[in-house]
Amino acid sequence: MSAVLPGHAADHAHDDHHNHAPTGWRRWVYATNHKDIGTLYLLFAFTMLMIGGVLALMIRTELFEPGLQFVNPELFNQLTTMHGLIMVFGAIMPAFVGFANWMVPLQIGAPDMAFARMNNFSFWLVIPAAITLVGSFFMPGGAPAAGWTIYAPLTLQMGPSMDAAIFALHILGASSIMGSINIIVTILNMRAPGMTLMKMPMFCWTWLITAYLLIAVMPVLAGAITMTLTDRHFGTTFFNPAGGGDPVMFQHIFWFFGHPEVYIMILPAFGIISQVVPAFARKRLFGYASMVYATSSIAILSFIVWAHHMFTTGMPVTGQLFFMYATMLIAVPTAVKIFNWIATMWQGSMTFETPMLWAVGFIFVFTMGGLTGLILAMAPIDLLLQDTYYVVAHFHYVLVAGSLFAMFAGFYYWSPKWTGVMYNERNGKIHFWSSLISFNLTFFPMHFLGLAGMPRRYADYPAQFADFNMVVSIGAFWFGLSQVYFLFAVLLPVMRGKGEKAPQRPWNDPDGAGAEGLEWEVPSPAPFHTFETPPKLNAAATKIVGAAAAH
Amino acid sequence: MKSISTKLASLLLALSPAAYAVQDLPGGPAVLQLNLHPAVTRIAVEQGWLHWFMLIACTVIFILVFSVMFYSIWKHRKSVGHPAANFHESVTVEVIWTIIPFLIVIGMALPATKVLVASKDTSNADLTIKATGYQWKWGYDYLKGEGEGVSFLSTLDPTHREMSNEGAKDVPDDYLLKVDNPLVVPVNKKIRIITTANDVIHSWGVPSFGVKQDAIPGFVRDTWFRSEKTGDFYGQCYELCGKEHAYMPIHVKVLAAAEYTAWVADQQKKMAAKADDPKKVWTLADLEARGEKVYAGTCAACHQPNGKGAGPILPLDGSPVVNDADKNKQIQVVLNGRTSATGQMPAWKGTLSDTDIAAVITFTKNHWSNHTGQLVQPAEVLAQRK
Repeated sequence: MSAVLPGHAADHAHDDHHNHAPTGWRRWVYATNHKDIGTLYLLFAFTMLMIGGVLALMIRTELFEPGLQFVNPELFNQLTTMHGLIMVFGAIMPAFVGFANWMVPLQIGAPDMAFARMNNFSFWLVIPAAITLVGSFFMPGGAPAAGWTIYAPLTLQMGPSMDAAIFALHILGASSIMGSINIIVTILNMRAPGMTLMKMPMFCWTWLITAYLLIAVMPVLAGAITMTLTDRHFGTTFFNPAGGGDPVMFQHIFWFFGHPEVYIMILPAFGIISQVVPAFARKRLFGYASMVYATSSIAILSFIVWAHHMFTTGMPVTGQLFFMYATMLIAVPTAVKIFNWIATMWQGSMTFETPMLWAVGFIFVFTMGGLTGLILAMAPIDLLLQDTYYVVAHFHYVLVAGSLFAMFAGFYYWSPKWTGVMYNERNGKIHFWSSLISFNLTFFPMHFLGLAGMPRRYADYPAQFADFNMVVSIGAFWFGLSQVYFLFAVLLPVMRGKGEKAPQRPWNDPDGAGAEGLEWEVPSPAPFHTFETPPKLNAAATKIVGAAAAH
Repeated sequence: MKSISTKLASLLLALSPAAYAVQDLPGGPAVLQLNLHPAVTRIAVEQGWLHWFMLIACTVIFILVFSVMFYSIWKHRKSVGHPAANFHESVTVEVIWTIIPFLIVIGMALPATKVLVASKDTSNADLTIKATGYQWKWGYDYLKGEGEGVSFLSTLDPTHREMSNEGAKDVPDDYLLKVDNPLVVPVNKKIRIITTANDVIHSWGVPSFGVKQDAIPGFVRDTWFRSEKTGDFYGQCYELCGKEHAYMPIHVKVLAAAEYTAWVADQQKKMAAKADDPKKVWTLADLEARGEKVYAGTCAACHQPNGKGAGPILPLDGSPVVNDADKNKQIQVVLNGRTSATGQMPAWKGTLSDTDIAAVITFTKNHWSNHTGQLVQPAEVLAQRK
């Protein structure tokens, strides 16, 4: 049974004849298999990435030249708002849940996720939420236009679509919490004998920490948007100054969620990179224990830095100093991670297949986003750069070159295991180089625009900013087309099973050097059910010993 | 010898044949500007220095770290036959590379602290001005110091808003930055700006001064600057405040002391002349003429010069309220504002005088396709204020 699409090639009926897995649409709607649900999450996230990308290109079309040519300022604000909400809640977060669903049970030697039906529920909740979110464009007054940060009291002026967005965020939050509980319980209770926590693959570690972050902060977001809802409809004035409410309190609550959210979107990416780099350096991950500690420190620090998003709201000087110092401190564990990856590469025997290209690209470009983060953390400089394109450049360097590049690394690394076929190496490399160059063409000039003071979320701008905006728009279309190329030249072929048959260990030399981990102990494509009986592991918990049977 | 930035500029111009024929705007953005604005306050000078310091430090770190990585990529690859080593931890190395970044960030935090503390000290100001953010304009009230009592609104030149709608062809250098009444301040005086807002959060910032402060409804915040140069300096609203967010610029005119004194005297004369007697009975033509000006400065940003509105902004042209026989309906909406499902009309009773409100209502009742022939006298507005 192919793990990705039903009905083609290789009817390995013997793999699942004994469990009467449903077929056709029932297989997906009633899905309880972690691999099927992982596939659903990944396909959903890619769809949302494309929708969010179209919105981004509409923004860039309008900003190609000064003046209003294509959209009015009202629609422009809706586009920026929905681009942010869709990319954060519809693309990045579900994509990492998809990776977790596929890889966590395979990496720890578990047969499935702990709560298979809740897993199904948490996926199928995101569909109505996404439809509500995207459909809000067609509601009276259009989609929400208050920015993805939905600051009060602007949200109080929004039309009914704001309520739709709040409802969608509530559902997505519930889904994320269910997914997190599932991941935590799976990791803590279902590891194969011998897979101790400190032998666990880094991807599982980063997801374990991410899941705790999600459980801690999604209720905070739910609280903030519920208060917004009651302010809008039930006469409360939590954030409405007309009744004594405090609009800045909304920002404090939002960013108490929002900053850990940033790490929710990047920690699993760190996990993927920590899997890919050792595999292609043919060397174990350097400083495994310090990677675990660094990830944990980043997670803990993420709770005490939120107000660096609010340096211009007018905090007391002691508050600004505290948040400035705490934010700069995050640079330390992050630097440790970068050093560890480079030390893993050092004295290795590297090859540069597509997953490794994405991983090296990630380290290189993500670090630029990290360093501009350090510059933004300095409150006196932030006063100049707050709400300018410098900030837009910074967070796209960490979320696109960070999260998205890591996801592509993960896709190219694990897709042979998922689909049973090798992607086209040449097309993968074209996808990488094209994305890397166009990404920098899009986002690097934004640093200049920000330094020159161009505010973000502007539908029109002084004509002195025209040249860089034109370059940015050209880069954006190139980057967008690179992802369309990925869809047609890489993704669809492997989903249709076209390509060389993948060996069980595609990333290992004949002498065994290369990728390590239990996911490479099962055949490619991974059978529908794996590790139905707990495997016996070697001392490093990277290989199955004794009976070769993986399923 | 061309500088790097001009080389880059000519490269970019080659890339973009439709490059805009605008020049640098002194005090505002420059064409292909690569760095912060030239500083005209001491705080902005220090911020600029801090930014260079950080940029150089980060670039050096970046180059050092990645030359190691690229050396490794070059030398330690399988295709050149490099065998994989076996090491995978070293407590010494890990402790060292935790401590070094820690020391570096402390070295960065110290100068930042100094600049931050200086930038937050708003005491002993020579002149205190309140900047109020409205959707979508700024209001300035001179509260304390020379010019006390001066008060006006500052709105984007409506022709610029129209240029924007028309695709911004052949725009002037101060496109989207030109206002009707700039904020005027004296040079070399400590100006304290108190920010607040009337509706949603706005943000008052001028890059050349190194200031940016959110204007939050229901709360007051403050910031300060002391411009060391005379001239025109420009900023924009930096916090998303709705549809016309991009169209509420800030223009600060810094004058020499004597010129500032003259400006204040002039303003006070104008203010006295503007203090109309609400009992005065006006003719339709006079009211309409005055109303047209009020409309252009206050209403056109949302309701558009053609009175058709846009998106959730309701049209005035053909509006049942405007054409209603009961004049008090429209007077109430203008005085107290109105909230509907899709938008919000702000209350103008605190901002516009009775005469201005009477004039603008009379104008809307007799303009475009509205021909009610009705005339609203200031006394009728006064009667509705309770």
